[in-house]
Amino acid sequence: MANTVPTPDTATGAADGSRRDFLYLATGSALAVGMAAAAWPFVASMAPDAATVAAGAPLDVDLAPIQDGQIVNVFWRGKLIFVRNRTEKEIKELSEVKLADLIQPQADSDRVKEGHAKWLVVYGNCTHLGCVPIGHQGQYDGWSCPCHGSLFDASGRVRRGPAPSNLPIPPYVFEGDTKIRIGEEAGKAVA
Amino acid sequence: MSAHGTAYVPKSRLAKWFETRLPLVGLVHSSFVSFPVPRNLNYFWTFGAILMLMLGVQIVSGIWLAMHYDPSATAAFNSVEHIMRDVNYGWLLRYMHANGASMFFVAVYIHMFRGLYYGSYKAPREVLYILGVIIYLLMMATAFLGYTLPWGQMSYWGATVITNILAAIPVVGDTIQSLLWGGYSVGSPTLNRFFSLHYLMPFMIVGVVVLHVWALHVTGQNNPTGIPIKSGKDAVPFTPYATIKDVFAATVFMVFFAYWIFYQPNYLGHADNYVPANPGVTPKHIVPEWYFLPFYAILRAVPDKLGGVILMFGAVLILAFAPWLDTSRVRSANYRPIYRQFFWLFVVVCIVLGWLGAKPPEGGYVIASQICTFYYFAHFLIVMPLVGLFETPNRLPGSILESVTGPGKQVHGGSGMPVGAAAAPPSKG
Repeated sequence: MANTVPTPDTATGAADGSRRDFLYLATGSALAVGMAAAAWPFVASMAPDAATVAAGAPLDVDLAPIQDGQIVNVFWRGKLIFVRNRTEKEIKELSEVKLADLIQPQADSDRVKEGHAKWLVVYGNCTHLGCVPIGHQGQYDGWSCPCHGSLFDASGRVRRGPAPSNLPIPPYVFEGDTKIRIGEEAGKAVA
Repeated sequence: MSAHGTAYVPKSRLAKWFETRLPLVGLVHSSFVSFPVPRNLNYFWTFGAILMLMLGVQIVSGIWLAMHYDPSATAAFNSVEHIMRDVNYGWLLRYMHANGASMFFVAVYIHMFRGLYYGSYKAPREVLYILGVIIYLLMMATAFLGYTLPWGQMSYWGATVITNILAAIPVVGDTIQSLLWGGYSVGSPTLNRFFSLHYLMPFMIVGVVVLHVWALHVTGQNNPTGIPIKSGKDAVPFTPYATIKDVFAATVFMVFFAYWIFYQPNYLGHADNYVPANPGVTPKHIVPEWYFLPFYAILRAVPDKLGGVILMFGAVLILAFAPWLDTSRVRSANYRPIYRQFFWLFVVVCIVLGWLGAKPPEGGYVIASQICTFYYFAHFLIVMPLVGLFETPNRLPGSILESVTGPGKQVHGGSGMPVGAAAAPPSKG
């Protein structure tokens, strides 16, 4: 056996085997750290780049030209967002819906900003497989998804599957009564 | 294996000089000329060669298309139309590449079902078989990435749906999605990296194919009886027997391929992909290409998003475990009366799943998908282990030769593997 052969190293007092083990471990660890460090920039380069992040800055939307009942499509960070100016009748009907009847129970008042019940702002991709639902369609007069038949009400809440959840609400704040800023929450741009 | 035939002997001085420095010609000779091939192979065994040909077609036509293609979200769609209208024979290159992908999958599915029927995954060919599953996974990734490149409506929404599926993975899903997108949604950075990866992956496939063929030439080919080569009379040399058969089958396959290119070039595609990508409008009906439909049906059979994703990937990965799930000692289903029936049921289930994948996920289609999904997994997890234990296989022939000539008969002056006969007198044993 090789490690029974005395080497000059044994003169230092440390067993030859343990010195080897330490060297293997140290070399292996250095290699692993080095590989991880080398891989880091490659992986990080695939994350959204500075230009994309800059283009994802908050977006101001002027609400003044949006008529009663009208739905406007805007894009923020490449994602479709519906901005809907809801009529008094729609708001009244939505407030009368029983939460127990909903797939994902959520009060309409929790889906809009306080004092701005007219304005619904939701992401425009169906929560099933990402199709774009068509506005003012279906028995709930909200949206109807042409792909697999999911129905949403004027609050963007799913009323019939296969979509599993309500249309999510993007971060936004009101800046005065006729302007919103999408991508900002509590006075700070979201990451 | 004693049946190795004539070894390569370099004749010229140059060939000798080269062979002593790099025995490349000898390697090719032993792999594709003197390699012993079971004498009873049927035409299902020609699909390996057809697949190699299709890989070559895809790489060559793809490299030429890349000379004219522009992978940016604003220019991609128009550059594909530019290929179709302005580039000399651009239409041919593109139709060859688009339909070539479908033909590649036609051939690989025949190749895979052949392997499953004749038990080609069983010892000692497990590694060979798993390398095949890896090639299939790489093919699926390559095909998906390639389908996004024309940046039509189906490209865009296909990329959206599939990357949304990955977001269902717990903990790391969102990070993976963000790294794939290179932004906050599918966009130009996504298209750019998909093009880069689409160009890379075929060469990864080439690498695994080399390992696949290497493993094949270590274990030797399986054959319709599933019993190994026992003597030189069970085998014939690869050249000319397998070579000419492969060339003939590949030629017939090329006729089939040409039919699609020249007569039905868009039949296997979707008309919606001739509409430029529009993030604000979804096509009425999003379905993947035909070769993904069975897995798409499995994905949608499960009401839970994550559960669907797990089953879909599981449906591919479970293939890799077949060598250990099948408990039968008999390889070929020709000699397995019960398993053979389950095998054909499995084939039918896969085809029905493909049909269901193209249907809207509603009512009866969902229930049918769930039943088929159950059988798909049951075939591997229940049928394979249990049938192998309880089935009484039919009597196996004594040798490959006997399966061809009938029991007890002798071959007179047959064309068996020369077992070195051409170079030296045959040495028995």
